[in-house]
Amino acid sequence: MSLSTERLPASEQSLAGRFVDRAAQWPWWLLVIVLGGVLIAWNALTSELYSAIFSRLTLGIGVTVFTTLVAYSLALVIGLLAGLGRVSTNPVVFNLATLYVQVIRGVPILVQLLVIAFVIVPLLIDGVNSLGMLLAPLLGAQNFLSQVRPPDVPFLTRCIIALAIAYGGFQAETFRAGIQSISRGQMEAARSLGMSYLQAMRYIILPQAIRRVLPPLGNDFVAMLKDSSLVSVLGVRDITQEARLYAAASFRYMETYLSLAFFYLAMTIVLSLGVKWVESRLNSHGRGQG
Amino acid sequence: MSTAPVLPTADPSAMIVIKNLVKEFHGLRAVDNVSLTVARGKVTVIIGPSGSGKSTLLRCINHLEVPTSGDIWVDGIHLTHNAKDINAVRAEVGMVFQQFNLFPHLTALQNVMLAQCVVRKRSEAEAREIAMQQLTRVGIPEKANAYPSQLSGGQQQRVAIARALAMNPKIMLFDEPTSALDPEMIKEVLDVMLELAGSGMTMVVVTHEMGFARNAADEVVFMDRGRIIEQGPPEIFFQQPREARTRAFLSQILR
Repeated sequence: MSLSTERLPASEQSLAGRFVDRAAQWPWWLLVIVLGGVLIAWNALTSELYSAIFSRLTLGIGVTVFTTLVAYSLALVIGLLAGLGRVSTNPVVFNLATLYVQVIRGVPILVQLLVIAFVIVPLLIDGVNSLGMLLAPLLGAQNFLSQVRPPDVPFLTRCIIALAIAYGGFQAETFRAGIQSISRGQMEAARSLGMSYLQAMRYIILPQAIRRVLPPLGNDFVAMLKDSSLVSVLGVRDITQEARLYAAASFRYMETYLSLAFFYLAMTIVLSLGVKWVESRLNSHGRGQG
Repeated sequence: MSTAPVLPTADPSAMIVIKNLVKEFHGLRAVDNVSLTVARGKVTVIIGPSGSGKSTLLRCINHLEVPTSGDIWVDGIHLTHNAKDINAVRAEVGMVFQQFNLFPHLTALQNVMLAQCVVRKRSEAEAREIAMQQLTRVGIPEKANAYPSQLSGGQQQRVAIARALAMNPKIMLFDEPTSALDPEMIKEVLDVMLELAGSGMTMVVVTHEMGFARNAADEVVFMDRGRIIEQGPPEIFFQQPREARTRAFLSQILR
């Protein structure tokens, strides 16, 4: 790339020189990945060990994909609400949103996962139980609120909540930046037409802001897929957990973890291409650049 | 609860009454104790050097700036900072900005339709019909399906005027509507404003276009350093200005 400015006109270049120039433009990195993929796929088809590892890992794909999709969707909702809070002029709303964002961004996601799964969810269950006791005169002593027990909230659910809350904190800042990037005149024009603050947000500011933050949101989606591997720490059987269990039982660490890495790489590459495709589609539809 | 201040005039022809208005930004007085009455159906043009507070005064009329003190009545309604009242008043007060502020993600037609549907609760068909009427009025019905980025500055400003008019406002505020335009596009916007003035709309216009002030204004207001220095009908204001500061300003812009 950096050579392009010094490049001579094609007519004055040797054939070899032109070839080197062209070759410098090719996506060699993709070739390496594809070759690695072919190698591993070849192994999966021919080697009994790899095919056993692959079928084992496949068991966890459902959990990985489900965790990613649900946690990401929840994170979008949380992030949008917190992002709106971050630009709010209401001091209570602003401070609550800022507190949330600062706490979330200052604690590692793995630690958040542990805290939410082992501290916050049990506390919430206690709270619900107490509420049930409180409402016993109304609902009866054996009401469903007082009957909630920790096993009723499986670790998969706790992990999804934790990932959603963690990513919501990051997306809040993405949404805030998007909203603040829209010129003040847009809000003023909307308000001058009699729209309320929320109507102006909904019809004028957010449609423009969201279009602007699609690239970072798309990156977050890919990042969420990768971070979903953290749920294995709590024993949730996603592909990472399946790999850990298989490796521990078979002592085939190298083959198992290489396959695991390949699984993630294959998924993230497909996902990145998908995200790019969605972005280009949306860009060709929205002409506005305001 | 303090009681609402009483409208200081019984004159039914007063559309906007401003009394002792002060607006401070970080201790700086942008508008300094201004009182002004704008008559129904009349065109008031506010002129003055930049930083004289004329835009701020205009923006106080629909509470885009919240006054520091003083009172404003729009069509007899006292403006407080109650959000619901403000939204209702704003729907009656159209505003045209220097930077147009069209919504870039919507077509010209959608720009003119949106607030009708959201604020006036008109049906889409009705809003579309009114929007087309207004776009025809400002002379660009053929651009209805264009996005703002595909329009020239003059066309964008005319869409912005149509957008405000579609709400059937009682008052139109213009904040330097031609200042961001290329010279050859100024006339097409001024022509629309002249037509509007002729139709009996109450207008308050902040502008540097002295030709417009001479031809269209019923009242010219000269502001400097946040205060009204002088005001009067254009023939008197331009021919026999009383104040030295007015004369100095006029001599600089009218060569």
